[in-house]
Amino acid sequence: MNPSILLVDDEPNIVLSLEVLLRGAGYHVRVAPDGEAALQACQDHKPDLIILDVMLPRRDGYDVCRLLREKAAWRSVPIIMLTARGRDEEREKGLAMGADAYITKPFSNRRILEEVEALLDSAWV
Amino acid sequence: MQGYGIILLVAVGYLSLLFAVAYFADKRAEQGRSLLNPYIYTLSIAVFCTSWTFYGSVGQAATTGFSFLPTYLGPTLVFTLWWVLLRKMVRIGKAERITSIADFISSRYGKSTVTSGAVTVIAVVAILPYIALQLKAVYGSFIVMLQGARNAELQMPLDGLAFIDNALLITLLMAGFAILFGTRHIDASEHHEGMVTAVAFESVVKLVAFLAVGIFVTFGLFNGFGDLFSQAQAVPEIASVLSLDAMGTPFQWITLMLLSMAAIICLPRQFQVMVVENVDERHLKKAVWLFPLYLLAINLFVMPIALAGLLMFPDGGVNPDTFVLAVPLAEGQTLLAFLAFVGGLSAATAMIIVETVALSTMICNDLVMPVLLRWRALRLNERGDLTRLLLGIRRGSILLILLLSYLYVRNLGGSYTLVTIGLISFAAAAQFAPAIVGGLFWKGGTRNGALTGLLLGFFLWSYTLLLPSFARSGWLPLEFIEAGPFGIELLKPYALFGLTGLDELTHSLIWSMLGNILGYVVVSAYDRPGALERIQAVRFVDVFAGPGGEVTWRGTATQGDLQDLLGRFLGPAQAQRVLSEPGSRKPGVPSANADADPAMLARAERALAGVIGGASARVMVGSIMKGERVGFDEVMQILDETSHVISYSRQLEQKSRELQELTAELRAANERLKELDRLKDDFLATVSHELRTPLTAIRSFGELLADNPDTDAEQRARFLDIIVKESERLTRLINQILDLARMEAGRMDWEMSEVEPRTVVMDALAATAGLFDEREVTLEVEVPEGLPLLRVDRDRLMQVIVNLLSNAVKFCRSPDGEVSVQAALQGDSVVVSIRDNGPGITPEDHERIFERFQQAGSTLSDKPKGTGLGLPISRQIIESFGGRIWVESTPGAGACFRFSLPTSESEDARQDSAAE
Repeated sequence: MNPSILLVDDEPNIVLSLEVLLRGAGYHVRVAPDGEAALQACQDHKPDLIILDVMLPRRDGYDVCRLLREKAAWRSVPIIMLTARGRDEEREKGLAMGADAYITKPFSNRRILEEVEALLDSAWV
Repeated sequence: MQGYGIILLVAVGYLSLLFAVAYFADKRAEQGRSLLNPYIYTLSIAVFCTSWTFYGSVGQAATTGFSFLPTYLGPTLVFTLWWVLLRKMVRIGKAERITSIADFISSRYGKSTVTSGAVTVIAVVAILPYIALQLKAVYGSFIVMLQGARNAELQMPLDGLAFIDNALLITLLMAGFAILFGTRHIDASEHHEGMVTAVAFESVVKLVAFLAVGIFVTFGLFNGFGDLFSQAQAVPEIASVLSLDAMGTPFQWITLMLLSMAAIICLPRQFQVMVVENVDERHLKKAVWLFPLYLLAINLFVMPIALAGLLMFPDGGVNPDTFVLAVPLAEGQTLLAFLAFVGGLSAATAMIIVETVALSTMICNDLVMPVLLRWRALRLNERGDLTRLLLGIRRGSILLILLLSYLYVRNLGGSYTLVTIGLISFAAAAQFAPAIVGGLFWKGGTRNGALTGLLLGFFLWSYTLLLPSFARSGWLPLEFIEAGPFGIELLKPYALFGLTGLDELTHSLIWSMLGNILGYVVVSAYDRPGALERIQAVRFVDVFAGPGGEVTWRGTATQGDLQDLLGRFLGPAQAQRVLSEPGSRKPGVPSANADADPAMLARAERALAGVIGGASARVMVGSIMKGERVGFDEVMQILDETSHVISYSRQLEQKSRELQELTAELRAANERLKELDRLKDDFLATVSHELRTPLTAIRSFGELLADNPDTDAEQRARFLDIIVKESERLTRLINQILDLARMEAGRMDWEMSEVEPRTVVMDALAATAGLFDEREVTLEVEVPEGLPLLRVDRDRLMQVIVNLLSNAVKFCRSPDGEVSVQAALQGDSVVVSIRDNGPGITPEDHERIFERFQQAGSTLSDKPKGTGLGLPISRQIIESFGGRIWVESTPGAGACFRFSLPTSESEDARQDSAAE
């Protein structure tokens, strides 16, 4: 079965582009527009990987990441954080919260795919 | 009868010997092997015994018996009180580096130059007759030696070239020696060890001479005291001298006692040798009993010599003041006569030298220098070496004092005996006593009090003693004494306000002391002393309580300036010694630009005080200070006194309140700056975020299209459309950011014109008609025609309305969205309202939404995103037009954005009135 990816972002056009990209690469993609929705989505169906924007309405990305890491069931789910804020301290904060990768917007599609593949590979191992 | 030449030779020879003694002592002092010891100290205090004692006491005893005694009992009494009085004066003299009695008094009363000047003037006037007395005695003894006692008149002839020659010669000789003894050194701050030693030597000489004459008379001419006294008793005229009646009234005794008590501490020369020249406080301990012993010794033979003189010259043809010389001469004892002559010369020269040195120091430090220092035109502060100037002033003063004394004795001296002249001086010097004694024990004594007392006492002394003496000498009409000035009986100088039945001296002393003490106490009691006065009061009164508060300087002076200043008065080497740490072996080199520390400043001031007096030193050090002086101790002193505590603490509170306010303001400003800095950071981060978001979509779709050439046409069109939209968003965002920045910086170019509100609203509605259709939002418009014109930039106003309309469309309920637009005249303004039926805005967001990138959209994630700059820009625009924009909303009941703009008419009116 194809790995399922939970995509969390509140920018419809960015969501759309990533959806097209990941589906095109053969992944199963689900979308959540805000933090709460993301947590709910995880509960409903555990994703194999999460792409998580930082600036989200109703619970930001850091928060979501931290909460996910607190739950044993989701601790191992790889998380790629996306942010339009490029400052180093935010990158470190994201990694400290338990993110596995941290990608700054605007990103290249290839980079997303590489990270996704790498993280899913290591998760399978 | 001796030859003129030999007498002069003896005199000059003796004075040269004295100088040799002084020179030797100075040399020893320079080598650090000072000759000074308790005995020399005691003998130097014996400068108290002048020719008044040597010649005058005998004269006094010959006419009024034992009435000369109180003059010596007084000092003895003072010396028994040494522990409370003299010790304190000596201690203070050292602590404050006192240079004279004027310095002492002025230092006690706040280092005021006015006080020191007044004391100096009084001292000079008081002492002139006293010095004149010495000149008269020296000249008299000269004449007796030259012509024999019987032919000699101690009264100075009022004319005659011979007198002028000899007396002036003696005067100039004395001046020369005084200058040599007292002002030889370039370094004027040192003790005059040579002078002190010479004076001590003279005390020995005059005592030995007097004892020799006394012993010769008592045991050579008579068979001891018993024989002498019984022979005297046998002659009725002489016996009456020994009677109690002759000795004067108890009043006179008390007066004389008090006067001499005051004299021993108040006479400038006594102060000089006891306090200024004291090198070791312990010397005082020995002097306390040795000095009274000396007085006893020198008085032992006064009565015998007087009685012998009376017995030998019963016809009154010999002036009793000359008995000490006349008796040996009459007996053919030439050598003894010469010894007596030298003794008398000793007594006189010692007094003249010490007195003139003391007075010249006062004239220089306390009268001339303060004036010169304040005389900016002289630029004394900037002059190089000042030691020459100081010594010049002192030498000139000595010469002047002696010449004035010469004039005094020539014009006035004839009508008085030695003792009478001396007592006039004593009475004047006694005027210092209240200020000194009060200053030593009463902290309440103030500068104004002391000054009032001094001047009042001095005035009354002048009126009751000095002016009458002028009258007697013919300078004033005698009616002045006999009938009072202008015939006013009450003002008769010898019976002021009807006070009669007393001798002149007692009368004068009562009035002058009454005025002096009352003036001092009363004015002091009502005076408010300055801070420095209060500190000095404590430093003097509590001198034994340990080192008091040093009056420190507020502000700074560089070490270089300080060294220059000291160098001018002390010489460079000494200056360096003063500035380097006390006790350190090698003198540290002061670094010119470093600030002098407080201890260094204090050392410098003290060292300077030793040269030019406390008051002048303060002025000098003050002249190089940057900033005012106010010591911490000064503050503490002020706090000590309750009367000042109130006003001061009020000031303090005020100051501390101001300080707190300032601190708070500063802190707020600092916080504001930090806040601004943080806002700027946030703004940049936010801008970056806002720009990155559309860019992300553009790049991502661009790559999708590029990587997948076979994307179907429909999807391709959709992606391209997104790319275009996001590009537009990016452009809009950049423009808005630039607009906002321009507006905030006030660099926006507005194209102002008169516009009709309805037209603008309609244009805006036309521009957004597509949005309304797309969302199926119902529009309701109530914008009447004929509203007053507005002066605005039309495009910018339209931008605001379009922004508000699209927000309303964006946020209104869906489906069944409703937006209403209204415009109305309210007062001088046109108010435009745009209402939606969306979720509304919580009150706390009413202001926040007008801030940059603060969308209330966190709960509205399904709504399309704005730039977050629309409302902030709208606010900037409306406010630029002199209007106001705000939102009215309750959550759940829609939002109503309103702005009001002044009509152009009211704008004109406002500008006109502003122009007027």
